Amino acid sequence: MGRWRSPFFADMIRSIRACKTAAEERAVVRKECAAIRAAINENDQDYRHRNLAKLMFIHMLGYPTHFGQMECLKSIASAGFPEKRIGYLGLMLLLDERQEVLMLVTNSLKQDLNHTNQYIVGLALCALGNICSAEMARDLAPEVERLLQFRDPNIRKKAALCSIRIIKKVPDLAENFINPAAALLKEKHHGVLITGIQLVTDICKVSTEALEFFRKPKCLDGLVKTLRDVVNSPYAPEYDIAGITDPFLHIRLLKLLHVLGQGDADASDCMNDILAQVATKTESNKNAGNAILYECVETIMSIEDNGGLRVLAINILGRFLSNRDNNIRYVALNMLMKAITVDAQAVQRHRATILECVKDLDASIRKRALELVYLLVNESNVKPLTKELIDYLEISDQEFKGDLTAKICSMVEKFSPDKIWYIDQMLKVLSEAGNFVKDEVWHALIVVISNASDLHGYTVRALYRAVQTSIEQESLVRVAIWCIGEYGDMLVNNVGVLNIEDPITVTESDAVDVVEIAIKHHSSDITTKAMAMVALLKLSSRFPSCSERIRDIIVQNKGSLVLELQQRSIEFNSIVEKHQNIRSTLVERMPVLDEATFSGRRAGSLPATVSTSSGTSLNLPNGVAKPAAAPLVDLLDLSSDDAPVPSSSGNDFLQDLLGVDVSPASVQPGTSQAPKAGTDVLLDLLSIGSPPVQNNSTPSDILSSSQDNKSSVAILDGLSPAPSGGAASMIDLLDGFVPNSPKPEDNGPAYPSIVAFESSSLILTFNFSKPPGNPQTTLIQATFTNLSPNVYTDFVFQAAVPKFLQLHLDPASGNTLPASGNGSITQTLRVTNSQHGKKPLVMRTRIAYKLNNRDVLEEGQINNFPRDL
Amino acid sequence: MIHFVLLISRQGKVRLTKWYSPYTQKERSKVIRELSGVILTRGPKLCNFVEWRGYKVVYKRYASLYFCMCVDQEDNELEILEIIHHYVEILDRYFGSVCELDLIFNFHKAYYILDEILIAGELQESSKKTVARLIAAQDSLVETAKEQASSISNIIAQATK
Repeated sequence: MGRWRSPFFADMIRSIRACKTAAEERAVVRKECAAIRAAINENDQDYRHRNLAKLMFIHMLGYPTHFGQMECLKSIASAGFPEKRIGYLGLMLLLDERQEVLMLVTNSLKQDLNHTNQYIVGLALCALGNICSAEMARDLAPEVERLLQFRDPNIRKKAALCSIRIIKKVPDLAENFINPAAALLKEKHHGVLITGIQLVTDICKVSTEALEFFRKPKCLDGLVKTLRDVVNSPYAPEYDIAGITDPFLHIRLLKLLHVLGQGDADASDCMNDILAQVATKTESNKNAGNAILYECVETIMSIEDNGGLRVLAINILGRFLSNRDNNIRYVALNMLMKAITVDAQAVQRHRATILECVKDLDASIRKRALELVYLLVNESNVKPLTKELIDYLEISDQEFKGDLTAKICSMVEKFSPDKIWYIDQMLKVLSEAGNFVKDEVWHALIVVISNASDLHGYTVRALYRAVQTSIEQESLVRVAIWCIGEYGDMLVNNVGVLNIEDPITVTESDAVDVVEIAIKHHSSDITTKAMAMVALLKLSSRFPSCSERIRDIIVQNKGSLVLELQQRSIEFNSIVEKHQNIRSTLVERMPVLDEATFSGRRAGSLPATVSTSSGTSLNLPNGVAKPAAAPLVDLLDLSSDDAPVPSSSGNDFLQDLLGVDVSPASVQPGTSQAPKAGTDVLLDLLSIGSPPVQNNSTPSDILSSSQDNKSSVAILDGLSPAPSGGAASMIDLLDGFVPNSPKPEDNGPAYPSIVAFESSSLILTFNFSKPPGNPQTTLIQATFTNLSPNVYTDFVFQAAVPKFLQLHLDPASGNTLPASGNGSITQTLRVTNSQHGKKPLVMRTRIAYKLNNRDVLEEGQINNFPRDL
Repeated sequence: MIHFVLLISRQGKVRLTKWYSPYTQKERSKVIRELSGVILTRGPKLCNFVEWRGYKVVYKRYASLYFCMCVDQEDNELEILEIIHHYVEILDRYFGSVCELDLIFNFHKAYYILDEILIAGELQESSKKTVARLIAAQDSLVETAKEQASSISNIIAQATK
């Protein structure tokens, strides 16, 4: 078939197709590319078109072909039509508007736009319309404008589409096109009419002046008449699709009417009749007819109010919704989402059908329907809708469960009429799909439970029951063990039984069983295990008879490889074993968590984390990072006036308790740097108990000595003479604590900070300092900022250096990076350069985090360290 | 607006790509990989639309080939199906019951035809006859040029004999 079936060209395709492995294919392509390169170097004109065609094929297979770009330009510049044709094809295929090379073609394009051969003009217009950049648009707009009046309609239609590209690239130019575009609307040739209408639609989107111009009755009446003519036109074989004359023209006219009628009552009035005619007369047994009806409904919904038309439109959607064709149902759901703002009542009527669509086999339809259901929820129907969705949750596909649970949770949170219903529904969701529930959802549930004091007993019993059957649902287990830890006594003693409950007998050891299963279950992660550990500690005090058994479970984690668990295990063991007298105070029930603070935190700003992480660099002379003192001060507030917990401290506790899901290497957000690990222990321990203090001899009272900002050494000093066992425990716990950890105060020469890594969503900056007297060592403070609108969780930073460097990473200030730059994570790196003065620092980095539960990995190499580090 | 057109075979081989919005080479191969993963695995009775990165991809299968077009959220999906069918019918007339092999060995022809149907991601011509006429006219221009070239080379060959 023609010259392109020449042996060379077809041979290459055949030999590529004959390849059995990817390696074979690569070898063939490499050989071909080498031959083409050689031909290019020899400036072989005879085979240029053939080589270009080969290159395009190779390009389509995904191999690099940039070396052929200049060949396209040469081919375009040659005189003959065949060369130009393949040259322009290559240009559109191998290049895009962002390549500099494209500028070189502007001149050829200009010449070809003025060519005497109309097919060459057509080629140039097509290329310009598909890949032109803003600069080219400015340069060539006058030529295109002139071609809108060209004698041949096939050039006019190409010029019209080309103009669309131009005004999209340079909206300022739109006004130049208003008059020529208006002229196109009067054409008879369908191609010109279609493209002209499209051009007018796009001009109206960028220019209000144009919008006003085309709304005038003079233009609008013409458009309405054109639509009427095409609707009523007799059979025209050239344009006929399924018995309708040119549905494409129908749809484009309706789209333009949509733009013109929106927000203009007079214009909307003009088109009422014809819209009614289209809506009633169009046959809906074929796709083409349905496409027109769909567009018509869209236009009716967008133009100014006309009750009668809207009823017509909603009826069409109702018909669509009950159609057996999935495509039609999909667009109906899509359209109903828009209709809901216009006529919510009418959409509510189709609720049952929509709910059926949520259970459809087709993922696209399910997704649309779920979003629509979500929009339909209000106070009056939330109960039946939630029930339906939760019932469906049981049998839905795994990949749909994520979306479904997110929507159910959000519905329940937004519209729950009372707390008991909220808790019930959440428990159902957690038991059914707990693994798909986001962290903030179950955090919120805990806050609500904590606030519903009359439901504590009911909730803990319900959770106990649920967890018996759904131990593999992680977040259910977490909530359950938290509640059992807090309200375990209510579980066993059947406190606050509601009359809707079935009676249940749970022994103390049954309750401990649940926590033990959770801590040992293979699917439990560190967070769950750490929460279970805290729960056990609490139960050891609530159930003295089980104390021995609990201690055994706790001790089993003493050798855990996870630092968090190991540390807690040792601490808790010591509390259970040695310090019975403070234990009950230490594990008092959590104060009521403050809902307002929590919802504020959820809104994306994490005030507590922000303040701590941004302040880590501030060091007090005694070596205790200032922000680390914040929880202390909170505690002291408690002890000093015995008042109910201030909201901010509730917040901190929540964070401490719930934020234990740290990766082994990093420390909690509330704490700061590794040299002060001893302080961390202290803070952690104290933040768990949060005792509303009654007894003056408790450790918190002793700690009040630090209120006047004395160093932690002073705390220790104050502790040692104290007679209570609590003090002894503190010393125990603080064993190995180095009070005056050497901390660089004098930073030596200053180095400029650098941006070590930057992507569209993440910035990493390094601040440098040198410890005095040790020029080889550099302290780098890394600060991570998240620019995206999503929170990053499980954030881990890793770095690697060549052999002449030694790298030590301190734990990060947190592992959750708030969205939109609302805070940061900091981490200290210590680099020792054995080739100091000879070689500069280099580093490879890898940043891993979870975005919406999806793992993201970003890697980079840092070469821009300041010299002399 | 149509952002790109893809033709993918059932085995996941790309047969035609046309980009009306700028995508780098890397993005292009990523898009193709992602979409062929989604589309080729969908069952036969499901709807022809896939939501993807805030856009909609309308696809239709003809024999072993999937024709895919990526459009904006507010575009008319049913009309895009008609545009796909329009293109297929024109290919069919041009090649005479088109098959995948035609599109492999004459991929450039498939592009030329597409360029007569779409420019800047918008529909250019609703008449199949007009498109066929324009393509035929341009093909004959190429044929004429080829004949001239061969007659010139014949003359040169004769002269140098």
